[in-house]
Amino acid sequence: MTFYKNHKEKLELLQSGKLNLVDNVNHFLKNIEDQKDLNAFNFVFEEETIKSAKAVEQKIKNNTAGKLAGMVIAIKDVLAYKDHPLTCSSNILKNFTSLYTATAVQKLIDEDAIIIGKTNCDEFAMGSSNENSAFGNVLNPVNKTRVPGGSSGGSAVSVAANLCDVSLGTDTGGSIRQPAAFCGVYGLKPTYGRVSRYGLTAFASSFDTIGPFAKSVEDAALVMEVISGKDENDSTSVKKEIPNYLSSLSKSKKFKIGIPKEYFAEGLDEEIRDAILDIVDELKLEGYEVKDVSLPMTEYTIATYYILTTAEASSNLARFDGARYGFRAADYKNLNEMYLNSRTQGFGKEVKRRIMLGTYVLSSGYYDAYYRKAQKVRRLIKEDFDKVFSEVDLLITPTTPTVAFKIGEKSDDPLQMYLSDIYTTSANLAGIPGISIPIGKNSENLPIGLQILSPQFEEEKIFLLSIHIQNEITK
Amino acid sequence: MNPKYEAVIGLEVHAQLLTESKIFCSCSTKFGNEPNSNTCPVCLGHPGVLPVLNKKVVEFTVLMGLATNCKINQQSIFARKNYFYPDLPKGYQISQYEEPICEHGFIEVNPKNGSSKKIGITRIHMEEDAGKSIHDQSSATLVDVNRCGVPLMEIVSEPDIRTSEEAYLYLNNIKKIVQYLGICDGNMEEGSLRCDANISVRLKGENKFGVKTEIKNMNSFRNVERAIDYEINRQIDLIEEGEVIVQQTLLWDADANEAYPMRSKEEANDYRYFPDPDLLPVIVDDEWKTEISKSLPELPETKYKRFISDFSLPVYDAEILTQTKSLADYYESVISITDDYKTASNWVISEVLAVVNEKKIDISDFPITAVNLGKLINLIKVGTISGKIAKEVFALMLQDNSDPEQIVKDKNLVQISDTSEIESIIQKIIESNQAQVQEYLGGKEKVFGFFVGQVMKETRGKANPKLVNEILRKMLR
Ligand SMILES: [Zn+2]
Repeated sequence: MTFYKNHKEKLELLQSGKLNLVDNVNHFLKNIEDQKDLNAFNFVFEEETIKSAKAVEQKIKNNTAGKLAGMVIAIKDVLAYKDHPLTCSSNILKNFTSLYTATAVQKLIDEDAIIIGKTNCDEFAMGSSNENSAFGNVLNPVNKTRVPGGSSGGSAVSVAANLCDVSLGTDTGGSIRQPAAFCGVYGLKPTYGRVSRYGLTAFASSFDTIGPFAKSVEDAALVMEVISGKDENDSTSVKKEIPNYLSSLSKSKKFKIGIPKEYFAEGLDEEIRDAILDIVDELKLEGYEVKDVSLPMTEYTIATYYILTTAEASSNLARFDGARYGFRAADYKNLNEMYLNSRTQGFGKEVKRRIMLGTYVLSSGYYDAYYRKAQKVRRLIKEDFDKVFSEVDLLITPTTPTVAFKIGEKSDDPLQMYLSDIYTTSANLAGIPGISIPIGKNSENLPIGLQILSPQFEEEKIFLLSIHIQNEITK
Repeated sequence: MNPKYEAVIGLEVHAQLLTESKIFCSCSTKFGNEPNSNTCPVCLGHPGVLPVLNKKVVEFTVLMGLATNCKINQQSIFARKNYFYPDLPKGYQISQYEEPICEHGFIEVNPKNGSSKKIGITRIHMEEDAGKSIHDQSSATLVDVNRCGVPLMEIVSEPDIRTSEEAYLYLNNIKKIVQYLGICDGNMEEGSLRCDANISVRLKGENKFGVKTEIKNMNSFRNVERAIDYEINRQIDLIEEGEVIVQQTLLWDADANEAYPMRSKEEANDYRYFPDPDLLPVIVDDEWKTEISKSLPELPETKYKRFISDFSLPVYDAEILTQTKSLADYYESVISITDDYKTASNWVISEVLAVVNEKKIDISDFPITAVNLGKLINLIKVGTISGKIAKEVFALMLQDNSDPEQIVKDKNLVQISDTSEIESIIQKIIESNQAQVQEYLGGKEKVFGFFVGQVMKETRGKANPKLVNEILRKMLR
């Protein structure tokens, strides 16, 4: 029933009547039902989806449909969607309904995409395995004993298991790219400020981004074209021309590619290293200029990332206090107990860990040693990238040091868990875009992801190299 | 106050800015609406919302900075002040901490005994107001978040203030300035202007500061003076008794006329300030600053000095007339009609303000226009009517702002300044009051007043009093 490779093909099938949109969404709904054990969705909007499909079908007939007509999209359950639940996979928001719609989601709807449901994720997007969810673990459809990655695990799985066409995730330190790599799909983290954060429940405001998961570079590019842009509701969104990402995919350019040595050092799985370097060799053979480069601040990225993101999180999550909305503990004798009990019972373990870390690094007496110093290091990390990008156009790295690990394998060892984001956090620290593209599987049949990084606002280059790899090398 | 000691006082003043909408969302700032009706997901602190800065708040604060001789920082940043309270929906207040928008200014005060003095301003910054908690009689606490996100400007003084009088004058100047600028209504009783004081005492000549306390909850100008005096004396008494001052926050209780310590739980806060990642740095470049400064009016201090120098008004008159911009404007409109500056000042200060204060109205709602008051003063000046008649005319004008010249004409109130007419009236009075004439001639000077009274009675007050005096003296010889 999904015998199209990308949305362009789907739209042609819909327009020619060879594909019925209602059948198409029913097919997805059935897949969701059949693969319930994956636990990819927190909420599925069954009736609504069918209703929208009928309406969009009509628009297609009338030739009034938007760019994304009929694209079936799942959104991560940290994104606001008016009159729909918004839980962030947390007990503290379990019965919360959003009063408004996130800008990125609204832009999808305005182009006639169909929102099929809200996907499971790590609580408040904190995690790398989707094991920190009040809705339970999400399973990797490639191998159900493995984690799908996180925090946007449900979004990655919804695409990988063909439960929808495309999904939206959020990426604060790798939460799109890492699960994309683990599940074998495309996942793009845009430049900070490229896509409005309005309606994205903040984890770490100066790191958070919204981006697509897709089965093709074309669809990722198309969705980016729609959701990008300056938003009056987000002061940190940037006013900058939005290229026609999709149509510019036909361009061809042999970029200068950098291979940062720190991303191929100890700790990287051998099979992943070989797979990435095989692709690099192919590119060399095709005449791409490939250069070894260095990002010397790399060893500080994880520490810097956790100091700054937990600091911001401790403040961002203060609003969930049981006073005005969301979960309130039943037992308390005074205001302080109400806060204490509501937050103790409402938040999960990892969220509490990060709130405590963040509160600590911002405390008087520790601020200079941690927060202020980490801000300085963040600047140095950015400068590292500036320098490297003055020499090369794009960087190629592995997305993750390992393939999808086993469920439960790292859940008791936060440090090991944090290290699974070692190659992805730097892009968030520097505010640059990055993609993970599937380049094959290892000997255990688990997907391997290749990451491409570019300077800020140069997603177009990322897409161009990605589609070249997709069309000419991996297929 | 014990003369061995001096007080060191710094004030933190919060002024609610008169913008139409809130500082970070488009909700109305209107006061008195249904509780929780001026709200949206942003000021309710719902998940995913983001603040967007209201430019008017920047403009108002820069105006205040310019009016108080501050340096306007090209770049300033917003910070989050983190603490939990039910009327603070986000769990933090967006304020400015490091890098405020205005710094290093001063305000001049003129104490009664002594020369004028500059009180330093450390900083002025922008922030959002919190909501209101209403502690019900029952165990419940109700929260109204209408006020959440109403823009505030905080003005922090240097510890340059030494007496409660200086504190009062400083605060009064702030009130005058914000009202002149039209950026805050300056009403302490309603909370649109709030003041906290940091107070310590030390022996005169000592350079080190003593241990300070902070007093909050002084919701009137008078309370500020009283609370400061109270705290200065309390600290001196403790020191004199050999005790130590404990650094703490006190709440002023106006009814009991004393301050009591806040519960330590309420003040033990580490606010964990850090730059707000949701807002970009505020950039006020020279171009914008120049644009803003164009709307800077003449300030109260300048106006006060000009009233004294240009109109030869006494200090007292100038002080009262410049208390509010609207009153000063009214006065200046009156003297655009008449050049009798002092008479105009007398009329505005005594007659006009009496009505304004009695009716509790603003000068802008005063029924008599400045033009008509000017005309009335001119009628006195040229001798058409006497001051006494003028008050009658004034009373009539109050009813419908009618033209004083018309009233005088219609009611036939023109002053009798015809010498022969007055002489013949006096002649008649002398003839019919021979006994009094004899008393006067016998040296009883007091009786002179009797004759004046008779003339006025005869002319229904219209006789020119100066002429009556002259002619009476002559004819009674
Ligand atoms: Zn609002």
